[in-house]
This record gives sequence, structure tokens and C-alpha cells, in this order.
Amino acid sequence: MRTDTTKKTTHPVLIFWIIAGWVGFCLLPWYMVEDGLWSFGWLLDGYPFDTDYAPAAFLIAKGEKLWLAPLLIALALPLLALGRRKSDPVYARVLILAGALGFGWLIAQGFGIGLRGFAYDWLNALFGELGDRQFGMGYGAMICASAFLFLLTQGIAARGAINGDVFVVGAIGGIITIVTAFVFFPIAKMLFAAFITEDGAYSIAVFFAKFFDNRLWGLGCLWGARCGAAWNSLFLAIAVAFLTTLLGLAFALVVTRSGFRYKRALRALTVLPIITPPFVIGLALILLFGLSGSVTQFVSDLFGVQPTRWLYGMPGVLIAQTLAFTPIAFLVLIGVVEGVSPSMEEAAQTLRANKWQTFRTVSLPLMRPGLANAFLLGFIESMADFGNPLVLGGNFDVLSTEIFFAIVGAQYDQGRAAVLAMVLLFFTLSAFYAQRAWLGKKSYTTVTGKGDAGVHPLMPNGLAIPVIGVAFGWALFTIIVYAMILYGSVVELWGVDNSLTLKHYVTAFAIGMNEHGIHWAGSAWDSFWTTIMIAAIAAPLTAAVGLIAAYLLTRQSFAGKDAFEFGTMLSFAIPGTVIGVSYILAFNVPPIEITGTGVILVISFVFRNMPVGVRAGIASMSQLDRSLDESSLTLGANSWQTFRRVILPLLRPAILAALVYSFVRAMTAISAVIFLVSAEYDMATSYIIGRVENNDYGLAIAYSTTLIFVMLAAVGLLQLLVGRVKIGRRTQHATEKAQ
Amino acid sequence: MKKLTATFAGSLIALSASVSASYADKLTFYCSAQEEWCQLMARSFEEATGIDVNMTRKSSGETFAQLRAEEANPKGDVWWGGTGDPHLQAAEEGLTEEYLSPMRDQLHDWAISQAESAGNRTIGIYSGALGYGYNTDLLAANDLPEPACWKDLLKPEYKGHVQMANPNSSGTAYTTLASMVQIFGEDEGFEFMKGLHKNINQYTKSGSAPIKAAGRGETTIGIVFMHDAVAQAVAGFPVKVVAPCEGTGYEIGSMSIVKGARNMDEAKQFYDWALSVEAQNLALEVNAFQVPSNTGAQTSDKAPDMSTIKLIDYDFKTYGSSDERKRLLQKWDEEVSTLPQ
Repeated sequence: MRTDTTKKTTHPVLIFWIIAGWVGFCLLPWYMVEDGLWSFGWLLDGYPFDTDYAPAAFLIAKGEKLWLAPLLIALALPLLALGRRKSDPVYARVLILAGALGFGWLIAQGFGIGLRGFAYDWLNALFGELGDRQFGMGYGAMICASAFLFLLTQGIAARGAINGDVFVVGAIGGIITIVTAFVFFPIAKMLFAAFITEDGAYSIAVFFAKFFDNRLWGLGCLWGARCGAAWNSLFLAIAVAFLTTLLGLAFALVVTRSGFRYKRALRALTVLPIITPPFVIGLALILLFGLSGSVTQFVSDLFGVQPTRWLYGMPGVLIAQTLAFTPIAFLVLIGVVEGVSPSMEEAAQTLRANKWQTFRTVSLPLMRPGLANAFLLGFIESMADFGNPLVLGGNFDVLSTEIFFAIVGAQYDQGRAAVLAMVLLFFTLSAFYAQRAWLGKKSYTTVTGKGDAGVHPLMPNGLAIPVIGVAFGWALFTIIVYAMILYGSVVELWGVDNSLTLKHYVTAFAIGMNEHGIHWAGSAWDSFWTTIMIAAIAAPLTAAVGLIAAYLLTRQSFAGKDAFEFGTMLSFAIPGTVIGVSYILAFNVPPIEITGTGVILVISFVFRNMPVGVRAGIASMSQLDRSLDESSLTLGANSWQTFRRVILPLLRPAILAALVYSFVRAMTAISAVIFLVSAEYDMATSYIIGRVENNDYGLAIAYSTTLIFVMLAAVGLLQLLVGRVKIGRRTQHATEKAQ
Repeated sequence: MKKLTATFAGSLIALSASVSASYADKLTFYCSAQEEWCQLMARSFEEATGIDVNMTRKSSGETFAQLRAEEANPKGDVWWGGTGDPHLQAAEEGLTEEYLSPMRDQLHDWAISQAESAGNRTIGIYSGALGYGYNTDLLAANDLPEPACWKDLLKPEYKGHVQMANPNSSGTAYTTLASMVQIFGEDEGFEFMKGLHKNINQYTKSGSAPIKAAGRGETTIGIVFMHDAVAQAVAGFPVKVVAPCEGTGYEIGSMSIVKGARNMDEAKQFYDWALSVEAQNLALEVNAFQVPSNTGAQTSDKAPDMSTIKLIDYDFKTYGSSDERKRLLQKWDEEVSTLPQ
């Protein structure tokens, strides 16, 4: 950067964005192309003169959509900055003015003029009826918007913000913009419903009436009746977060610090629940422990006790969620447990601490960021989980199912759904702040780039035995549940007719040959390919956005950082149902009109799963010493090069976690997806739900089993692509030993 | 605006048609029946007319929520299937379009009265009676008598054996509540619900969940629409269907055209076709055991024989209105659901 300011030549990034802005305005179709983002039929179909496909410049030349004309000024202004020095105050001023003007006007006209002319009555009153209309933004508008945004951030950087670092300011601006557009905006639109009365007026009383509802806050369970959904959710989430963190830590310790022989198998096993489509674990648990379940029957025959419905309610949901979310805790913790530097532990031992003291006073405290993040994720996941309470909840109401049925149930009360969503959000945010308070401002840095050789000491024996015992027991339980699932997919009718058959697989995935070559005859292929495609597009985007956000949060300081962190967590803390409905409300009308496309699915996955990338990134990055960045910067690298060459390679575990998690979640998510799928973009999970509703358990489970194997393969492939995790020199010893 | 959309859509279609002659008309079809039935309807309509059908299957509650969210910019054209209440609500909120089909004279009276109670914004396509089913294995294992009437379910020996959906979340359960009020009168109807409450082991969220639980042996008795219970029995589960002796209420599965549909002509074409004998006979191929609304269409021989079921004169206009619904649900919430079990 310093070299750039001394030279007279203009920064290439500036030239790039100026050109991009002009290309977006003069060459690309301004409005959304009806047939979808990836169809290029418009090139042959009247482009560039047809109004539907015309670039903005052609529209203005024809005298249409004249409200786009002021953008020309904003596009022309930055040309004044060309050839100027970065330190020249005019350079910064021109860019800030042009960027802010262009971006602001673009947004204002997008919201102000919609499908029916002016979108607000006061605009009509002010200017009269418009007599024209516009559709959602297309390539041209999107590229123009990005150009304005990054011109603005370059201007701000030139004024000296964040040491004039163009990359960091641009990244902050970009992430704030997309989080605002795809998280804050739709959720605000949805939560607004809490204050709207039945006849459409605004009222705060409505909110309070719905908020102080006995079904929400009742404490009846203390004296035998039922508790409100809010308390149920809270108790459940705390229990699940506690259990998953404990189990995740046990697994992480067994894998990194024990002589246990089947570590790899154990590692693969912990990934299983996370790649399991919803409802499947619940169904398997019912067939094992339900009123007519095999374990229940066996126990009742053995001891002559009457079978009960104990599974339905808190116990069942607790078991299912612990089974499902332990892997998330494990994924977060493994990076942190591996990252704790052996040098520190060796130092402790040199000072004559015994194994137990070393573990308790050095290793464990250094794992605190991991423990806190795992707890937070478990808590939030449990709060937002929808499938398990639906199948196993019984009369145990939780917020997420209440929200779903407030929207789609017999009452159609969107206001109540919004109020419940606020309560849920309040809980998750409190957990978020509690976590931050617990971590405090201590340093958890262990990877310093200095002397870092050595091997992790084994766990003290007193700890190793119970930890291995717990991990082994839980692993065995997981195996039984999955054996049940596999078995369920190859029997005629699960639980009733147990003759073996492959017919469910044939119905779903038959492949035939005809004159055109391979013919995908099975009924599941359509949704299968769509799901793979959407997940494959969403995963790298999610990881990228998440890690850049994590980098900004741990390495940079800027105004509004807390609000920024809060924004990145928000979409995760809200149940998918709310996200689904809010996305329809927000993105079915211009300026961003993407319902019914594959894009809305990709975007919803990116922003729903990004928080895991952020958390994993933060946990790993808080272990990397800043001196690493500093030495890179001192040696003349800029912040982008530092990020790419120094931090990114050290972040491989976090990258892998983010990639795996987002790919898998995109394939198994259900609650948001229900509202966002369309005829052309049907997802595997919504197909599976349809089958379960229709009693086709065999088909649903066969499909789920196939997805599980596909995802296992994908996870393995990702691991190969991202490469073996190597942090510090010590892992060489470790891997050599292991091989 | 609606006109503008239509002309815009029309010109767009004309434009693309002029570019490539093979480009067909299309229809976006929201379907709230079971997956296979939806697929079959979509495919058969494509074959009958050459119109491309984009089908999305969602439950009626989900579709209704989606129609509301899409109100400013409707994406769907026609909504077929699912219980009648959400269709009536959509009509009440003006989300659907008024249409008088030339096929109306071929329909049963109940289908027409459904249309008339909604200002012709919806129409009946099938009906199904309320009842319950029980798991024969579990009934025998617990030495329970075979129930035959609604009042049988109040007997103390069924304690913890009966399952029904929560009326707050399920249209099926709301129909049950409204039927009891109409069969026994409001006071006695609520007494019945209170008695039933003592025997209920779980209020499920979704309407058909109780009979699925009964099929898997997770509850003995499930209160549902009888065609759902028949579907369980046909799928191979040990379920027996009961038409209660006091008489029972019923639902009318409905169809509506989305207001501001982009393909209005195709939507109407589908609407007329869906009321025809050949379209309604498709139900026989996909294990749908409802009674079709066209008088000439056949009913599956496995379906409950409607002539032996005592159907009450269900007042859809009163009990489908949101005011009456709110009142009954609130009363149920306060007087029934809070009682100890």
C-alpha cells in the first residue's frame, strides 16, 4: 500500500471498479431476466434494445426509466480521481461522494418505484402517479451497486480509515451490505408483524397481549400441569448445550490425546448425525424406544413392566438433539483442542506439574474459546431445531414448533409468530452475551510461529478412562441408531412387514437406458441433482463469507464491531421457518426479486450457515498470535496477502469445518426450505417430508440413507481437497507417528 | 396492475413464442394433496392440454401462508387440494379470484354450497368424513372393547390411548371441535371435549399424525379424517376405521384460482378440467379415498361407504368464519386444554 501512494499511477482496483460500474450500466441487462440467472437466451432475444433486457444506458437513450439517469453523474465522478495521488484529499472526497450518491440513489429508486409505480403514497402525493413500473434488479444493477459500494469504501480507506487498508475497508463494507440485505432487512420485515393488528393498523398493545400469554410463560410444570413454550425451550436448550459440549469435548480429547486405537472410525462416526436428514433420527428412536419399539418390547417382556410413552416429550427431544448436535460441538472443539500448543503443556510439566494439573490449569483453560463457542452453538441449534420436537415432542411445546404452527396452523397468526420469534431471539442473544462475558478479554493465543515443537501429552488416566468410556458408549448408541436406519430402508414396511427388499431404492433411484443414453427414471433424481448443485454452490460461498467475517472480527477494530458480530449470528439464531417466511415477504417484490429461483435457496443457506464458519474461524483465529500478521506486514505484504498466505493456511481446520458444515446443512435443512422450494428447484428434504406425510417411510429412509452416503463421500473429498491439517511443526511428528 | 401483469405476461409469452415456436403455455400449480396425486394431476393435465405445468406441493396451511406472503406479486396460478378452511380464509382475505366454471352443473350440492359460502372464490373437489381409527393389535393387547361411537371414547378404560391433533395447529382437529359442537350442541360438545381430554395421551401438531402413530403402534386410537385412516390400512398397517354412530362432520377439499395469476386462462382451463369426470377418476390410481365432487366420478371401493355414514349438516359458513373459529379455539384453550389429565 505504501508503494502505491508514492507512485503516480492509479491503483488498479480503482480502475477495475470504475470499469465494472460502466459495464453494468451500459452493457448488461439492468433488470432481472425472467428465465433465471444462468439462462443467456436474452443475448439472442432482442438485446440490447428490448426493454426487458436492455442495459440502463439504452433505456435512458430511449427515454424510458429516466429515474436511472442520475446514476450517470455518480459513474462519471470517479473519473476525476484517476491520475491523482491517494493522499490527495480530492481523491478521497470524490470517491466517497460518487459511491455514496450512486449507492444511495440506486437503493432509493429501487424501494421507491416498484411493480405498481411509486411504492409509497406520499411519493404519489408529491409527484403524482408515475405511470411506469420496474422489476427486480438484474446483472447490470447488481454490478453497478457493487461498483458504487467499493468506490465508497476506497474513498473511506483513502481518508485513512483502518490505516488506509483498501482490502479491509472493502471487506467490512461488503459484508455489512450483504448482511443488512439478507439478514436484517427480511427479519425486520417479518418482526414488524408483531405490532400489526388484524385490520392492519400498528399497535403496541397487540404485542403485549401476545407476549404475556400463559401458553408462553406459564410455569404449570412446577405443580404438575404444563409449562409455557418459552421455559421449555430454555431448559431444553441449556441441557442440550451442556451435554453436547461435554460429549464433543470427550470425543475431541479421545481423538487428540489418547492411545485409543480406532480414532479414525470414531471421527467418522461423530460426523454421521450431522449428515442425517431431519425426521430420520426421530423415527429411528421411535422404532427403538417408542410404545411399540423393539427395546421397549424387549424390556417389557423381560421385566414384565407395562410399556409407556416416556419417549414423547422432553426426554425424546433431548436424546435426539444431543445425538444430532454433538458433532457440531466436536467440529468446533477439535480445531481448538488440536491448536493448544504442546509447548505450554511441556512448560507446565517441566515445572513439575503432574498430568492432571497440566490438564486442569493449562490445557483446559486454553480450550475455553472452543468450549464457549460449542456451548453457544448447541444452545442456538436446540432453540431453532424444528424436526425433532415435531416428531418426538408430544405435549412438550417449544418455541420453534409453536412459531411454525402459528404461521401455517389453523390460527394463521403471523403476529404471534413474530412475538415468539422475538422471545427466541432474546434467549439466543442473552446466551451470546453470556458467552462473551465468560471468555472476557483474556488471551488464548497458542500458535505463535515461534518454537512450537512437541506432541500433545496424553490425558491423565483418571480422566482418560471415563472420557473413553463415555465416547465409546455414545458411539455404540449412534451405531445402533444408524443400523436401524439402514435396516429400515431395505424392509418392505418399517415396523410392520420386515421382509427384505430393495424396491425403495429402485423407486427412488432407478436408472434406465433409452435412445438418448442414460435415462434417470427414479422419482428422486430431480430433487437429488438440484440439492447437490445448490449445496455445492452454497458451501464455498458460506465458508468464504464466514471466514472473512471472522478475520475482521478477530483482527481488525472498527466502529460498530459489536453490532457487526451480532448481525453475523442473527440468522442462525432464528428458526428456519421465520427465515423462510421473511425471505418470501422481503424478496418477492423489487428491488430484489428472487423467490422461485435457485438463487434464493443458495442465499438462504449462505446466511443461515455462515455463523458456523464465523464461530469456527474466530475460535481458531484467536489462537493465532498477532505477531504472525505483524511480521508479514513488516516484510511488506499487504493485508490481503497476509490473509491469504499466512492466516488462511493456518485456518485449514476452520475452513474444512465451515465447508463441510455448510455443504451438509444445505442438503439436510428443512424448515426454511419448505417455503422457498419451487417447482423447478425442489430439494431432497422437502421431497422426503412429502413421502413421510404420505406414509412412504421406506422410500423416505432409502432416500435419506443415500444422502448420508453421498455426504460421507463429499466430506471425504473435501478433506482431500483442503488437505491434511498441519499446524506448526509438531503435527509432523504426530502424523508420522500415526502412520 | 393485475391487468398490467396479465398483459405483460401475455406479451412476454407471445414474444417468446414468436422466437421459438416450440415454447408452450405454462401453469404454476400449487398442490396441497399427497405427492403422488399432485404429480399425476400435473402430468395428466399436461397430456390433456399441452400446457407446461410447474407443480409445487405444500400442505394447505403452508400454501395459504405463501399466498399471503406473495400477495403483492403472486407467483402461483391455481391452488388445488387441501382442506376447505384455508381456501375459505383465502377467499375471505381476497387472495383468490372469483370464477364460475361451466362444469358446476355436474357437481354435488356440497361442492356448490362450498363455492357459494365463499362468493365463488373456491369450489369443492372432494369430501371426506371425520372419524377415527384404531390399532387392532394394541386394542387386543390391552384387552380393550371395540369403540363404535364418539361417546365410547370417553370411557375410562381408554385413558392414555386416544390421540388427536391440537385444534390450534390443525384444521382436522378444528373440524373435530366444530363437529362436536354441532352434533351435541355447544355446552354438551365442550363437555365431550373435556371428557375426551382426560383420555388423550398427546395433542399432535399435524392433523394426520394421530393415525400414523396408531399405525406404528404408538397410540391405540387416533381421531382423523376417515380417508387418512383407510390409507394407513391400505398401506399395510393394522388399522381399523370407525364411522362414529352419532354421526360426524366432514371436510370439503377445495380448489381456488390465485388472484392476479400470471396465467389466468390456463388456470381457468385447469379449474374446469379438474372438475371433470376423467380428472377426478385419477384419484383411484393413487390411493386417495375421498369422495369426488363430480357426480359422475367413481369412488374407490376401499373408501368408507358414504351412504352408511351419518353425515351432519355441517355449517361451513358459520364455522369457517374467522370470528367463530377464534371464539371456539379460545374457549377450548381456556376451558379444556388447561384441565389436568
